Amino acid sequence: MSKPEGNPSVASLNDLLAVAYRIEIDAVERYNMLADQMETHNNPDLVKVFRDLARAEGIHGEEIRRLAGDFDVVAHARKIARFERGDSPEEADLTSAHYMMTPWHALQLSLSGEQRALGYFTSIVETAKDPKVKTMAAELVEEETEHVKLVHRLLKRYPEPSANWAEDLDPPSSQE
Amino acid sequence: MNIAVTPPAYTPADYKSDVKPIWCPGCGDYHVLMSFTRAFAQLGLTPEEVVVVSGIGCSSRIPAYTNCYGFHGVHGRSLALAAGLKVTRPDLTVVVASGDGDGYSIGGNHFLHACRRNVDMTYVVMDNHIYGMTKGQPSPTTEPEFDTALTPGGTKVQPFHPLVVALASGANFIARCYSGDANETADVLAAAIKHPGFSFVEILSPCVTFRPDEKAWKDLVRPAPIAATDDQGKAARRLMTDDGFNVGILYRGNRLPFQPAAGAIDIDLSVLEKDFEL
Repeated sequence: MSKPEGNPSVASLNDLLAVAYRIEIDAVERYNMLADQMETHNNPDLVKVFRDLARAEGIHGEEIRRLAGDFDVVAHARKIARFERGDSPEEADLTSAHYMMTPWHALQLSLSGEQRALGYFTSIVETAKDPKVKTMAAELVEEETEHVKLVHRLLKRYPEPSANWAEDLDPPSSQE
Repeated sequence: MNIAVTPPAYTPADYKSDVKPIWCPGCGDYHVLMSFTRAFAQLGLTPEEVVVVSGIGCSSRIPAYTNCYGFHGVHGRSLALAAGLKVTRPDLTVVVASGDGDGYSIGGNHFLHACRRNVDMTYVVMDNHIYGMTKGQPSPTTEPEFDTALTPGGTKVQPFHPLVVALASGANFIARCYSGDANETADVLAAAIKHPGFSFVEILSPCVTFRPDEKAWKDLVRPAPIAATDDQGKAARRLMTDDGFNVGILYRGNRLPFQPAAGAIDIDLSVLEKDFEL
């Protein structure tokens, strides 16, 4: 099956499960990293949001492990599931982080990640030759669609912050 | 008895220390740290085979965030420390981390001679075109029009061209990366570490606090259109004419590294100590 440049090759059901597992685990690592950053920069609300997101992605990863049964999806993920160019689909964009960011921003990052994962698995459904891969990818598309809806629901709890959300009354000592 | 031993497989997490980075959220250096650990894992190096040496600045905090051996040295002197270490312990993999202020200004002279000497080590400069740790003064790579209260109307000084300087000074491997692409950067770092001699990797690493405009780098970087060359003339023309956003391995030289043979330096330290006796 053809694949976009830099994405791992998905030739079998085990490959797909390994990639799906890797996507979730990469997301866990990234959210925890962001939570650590927010801890360091004293933004406790965001620490909680990012830890919760990491926990949720970890649960998704465990579900994929269960789906894989006796197959060692962790080892296979380490071997084949590497996104050569850029982040893996659900990894939140680190460059968008800000020490004064709000839960709304965190959920926007999460939404982008879920949408990228949805797009990724949709592309597998469209291009897979193996019917087992196609079926499993379609299931993953359904799951990711649910995740997108969930983040949209969560976003209703957090209104978009005002335009000056990054205004710091005690800013880093700047020259200007 | 013949027992097959499977070498331990390392993951990037195996190279991270428990110390949490204190860089600003959004800083490119987080990605560079990821690239370091991914490159070490890719090469299958054990943490105790690697030494990360640094100078001073935001970028130079990196040794503390790895569980490899580390040396957080003085400002601009990381290359001198690292060269001394490598010639006495050639068995170790030595990676040096620096920034554009530490590496090109205070450490500028060490940079020239490290390239020239060609000791087998990898020099990574996280270039954000600013002194971030000391709150935003222009560095040698800051654009001439960069306007601050310290430099009203800009510095009006031509920026330093690190890759051209490295090539002219004799670096044996030259690459440019963008921090936001951690996997690509990890691959380049792994190649730099494997390449014999002095490898120089400039990583464009945005400073989101004092140079928020550098977020645009993400859309400006592109893979270099031509494969790496071992021809210095071709490399010079390419480096002199690119706009600073071509990423990838740009030059792979074939000079032999500087490495004194074991035992070639036969010095009794106690004799040297006599000169310093009071």
